[in-house]
Amino acid sequence: MVESVTADHTVLLMFIIVGAIFVPLTLTASHLLAPSKHDERKLDTYECGSEPIGPPWVQFRVGYYVYALLFVVFDIETVFLYPWAVAFDRMVVFVLAEMIVFIAILAGGLAYAWKEGALRWR
Amino acid sequence: MSTLGISALKVLAALGLMLGNGVVMIYMLRKVLGHLHIRLGPIHVGWKGTLQTVMDVLKLLTKEDVTPRAVDRWLFRLAPAVVFVPSLMAYAALPFSDTWRITNLDSGLLYTFTALSLIPIGILMAGWASANKWSLLGGMRAAAQQIAYEVPLLLSVLPIVMLVGSANLGTIVEAQQGTFLAVLPRWFIVNPLFWPTFLIFVVASLVESNQTPFDMSEAESEIVAGFATEYSAMKFGLLFLSEFSNQFIVSALGVTLFFGGWTLPWLPASVVSALGPVIFLIKTYLGIFVMMWIRGTFPRVRIDQVMQLGWQRLIPISLVWIVFSGIVIKVWS
Repeated sequence: MVESVTADHTVLLMFIIVGAIFVPLTLTASHLLAPSKHDERKLDTYECGSEPIGPPWVQFRVGYYVYALLFVVFDIETVFLYPWAVAFDRMVVFVLAEMIVFIAILAGGLAYAWKEGALRWR
Repeated sequence: MSTLGISALKVLAALGLMLGNGVVMIYMLRKVLGHLHIRLGPIHVGWKGTLQTVMDVLKLLTKEDVTPRAVDRWLFRLAPAVVFVPSLMAYAALPFSDTWRITNLDSGLLYTFTALSLIPIGILMAGWASANKWSLLGGMRAAAQQIAYEVPLLLSVLPIVMLVGSANLGTIVEAQQGTFLAVLPRWFIVNPLFWPTFLIFVVASLVESNQTPFDMSEAESEIVAGFATEYSAMKFGLLFLSEFSNQFIVSALGVTLFFGGWTLPWLPASVVSALGPVIFLIKTYLGIFVMMWIRGTFPRVRIDQVMQLGWQRLIPISLVWIVFSGIVIKVWS
């Protein structure tokens, strides 16, 4: 059991290594094969032909960040639910009741965020 | 051969499958969309245009790689790798048959979702590094919609994990073997308890893989090509290879979770065992065909509609459904 787990994780590590080698490999191949004739206009930022006005890194609407914060909370809660779900068929009914309380708290958080308008796109 | 050699071969096979999928799916997309639009799609290069995408890959390799002056160079170069590597990693846990598996992870379902959830980081990186307002908009939209739909995606399939008692994708498929009422397969899609689960899964996986009608991150009629606007040549190729690969992954996940993976209950067990990977690939490509059909049929929705659908509808519904199916499963057993 332990050996097969280690073997599986070795494969996962190799996935990262192979991917990390493949990307520079193709980019180098393309670099060697492709022509390279840069000029001033070609290196401009593409905005359908007109000159870009102002800096590209602008202040962005705050709505995205609110969603990101909500996501962090909910994603972690979701991950907590997975071990519970895996052990679900071996559990007594009481644990189901406990998890319903957990989900109710989660739903309460969502309802609060909804009431405060965090889920509305502004 | 040593264990290490075998694992290396498996990883290379997954890479080959990913590249092959890219070529086949782009050809398929052009043909399917073509016929949906009542035109032919590619017909000239090779038999019925089959070599068109092969030539396109060669063309991408020999295209000039333009890195605009204003970009953040290191982030700009790193982003294709950050998008590509996780989508390659997502192949690791898929069960192609009872014996054809790259790994046999007990947390396979969670692992695949984890790999998919790394991709928005790369897309956000690409959008930010490009120093282009369209790219920034595309990257921000991609990140916002993909993180918003990760929660319903994870929550929606929880009832399946609860019923099977395992997050191992192979075990989930094995729980769907056999038939009932003489002909109906024991696939989870046949079980009414999982119909809402399936609907949420389909919507969330379309968003996760950036498919139309949820492709606001690269909406070509609004923001040119979104996060990929400044990318050219092979960097663009890698970004889009991973895009197509994600489509394959979510379709394969759908097949594994709802359509019995490699199993086909009407054939004798020995035939299924021998043809497992073929059955799995055929089912997955049928799923991809449906996604392309949706792409050719529905108009794009707006970003605010998508966000509200995710947070205000799909998450509450999937929470309620977890509690409901928990009670049903306990009462049943």
